Amino acid sequence: MHEASLVTALFDQVDRSIAPHPGAIVHRVFVRVGELAGVEPELLRLAYDTLREGRTCAGAAIELVSEPAEWQCRACALPIPRGEVLRCPRCEGEARLVRGGEVFLDRLELEVPDV
Amino acid sequence: MCEDCGCGDPKLVSVEVHSSLLAANDHEAAHLRAHFLGDGVTAINLMGSPGSGKTALLEATARAWAGKFKLAAVSGDLATAHDAERLERAGIPSAAITTGTACHLDATMVDRAIHGTAVGEAVHAADFFFIENVGNLVCPAIYDLGQAANVVVLSVTEGEDKPLKYPVMFKAADLVVLTKVDLLPHLRGVSIAAIEDALARVMPKPVMIQVASTEDQGLDAWLAWLSARRDVVRAAPRLGAHEHVHVRGHAHPHPHPHR
Repeated sequence: MHEASLVTALFDQVDRSIAPHPGAIVHRVFVRVGELAGVEPELLRLAYDTLREGRTCAGAAIELVSEPAEWQCRACALPIPRGEVLRCPRCEGEARLVRGGEVFLDRLELEVPDV
Repeated sequence: MCEDCGCGDPKLVSVEVHSSLLAANDHEAAHLRAHFLGDGVTAINLMGSPGSGKTALLEATARAWAGKFKLAAVSGDLATAHDAERLERAGIPSAAITTGTACHLDATMVDRAIHGTAVGEAVHAADFFFIENVGNLVCPAIYDLGQAANVVVLSVTEGEDKPLKYPVMFKAADLVVLTKVDLLPHLRGVSIAAIEDALARVMPKPVMIQVASTEDQGLDAWLAWLSARRDVVRAAPRLGAHEHVHVRGHAHPHPHPHR
């Protein structure tokens, strides 16, 4: 289960992202999980809930957004349907994954103290 | 607090980040890659299920190339140094990376294993550096280790649909080595064509080589593929005075300027 190490990386990124906002409290964490990112969203959530105690994210909910995989032809951009051979049916071009291959920290919702 | 209606709700601000959760690993991997390219070392990340034949393939490679190329390896397992010991006996300077509970190698683990260590010196001088990953078709796929190529070892006994079941692993592969093909006569119903079809649906540039490592069968194609990779690495601009940022302060015996 590599989700635990990803969550640790997530906490570090959250800490870096809130550094310019002293005193901020993290309310929500938005993470986008690609279908072919090699990450199981429910395991990521479990790891997050297990490991967040004592971290900046201790009181923050995690919102997971799944991103479906999309392949298209590298040469002519024709979409290649799910489950098909990864070769362009029109020009024989090579397939390229355009969406759904990565796991991202998209954005944070912070409560910032009144100045 | 909310200043609009006095409801007492906290004032929330949204901060856009858009950063890959693998960014720190990728940074460390870029550092390793700069070292490998600078040294002209062809690094191969060897992945596959437990028992698929990763170690046997490297043993056969060592037999075939004894005295021709210098090899080095690290071998990841949750426990024991058995694989690294097998590789040492085969003549490949090796070190074990015991990961404890971790199901994969990451760039930091590889860096720790080869910086300032005996195997690190062997890697520095090697033609090929094999990173034998933890036996697992899931987790290792997403961690860049600074390799020149990803090789997935798949044995004929694992079933034709493994590529469809584990698409992330095969999507990342530059080459699939199909092992234990000497067993095919005993495996009724296992079809090479079905494996090739499954690969074509998950691997953008499907390339498969069939071997029987313990019989030294099919090794020529594998060795030719490796040699071609080495040619590419050695044709890349040699970064004798490469610049890169070190993630952690570390010392190494070969001097090069730092930013």
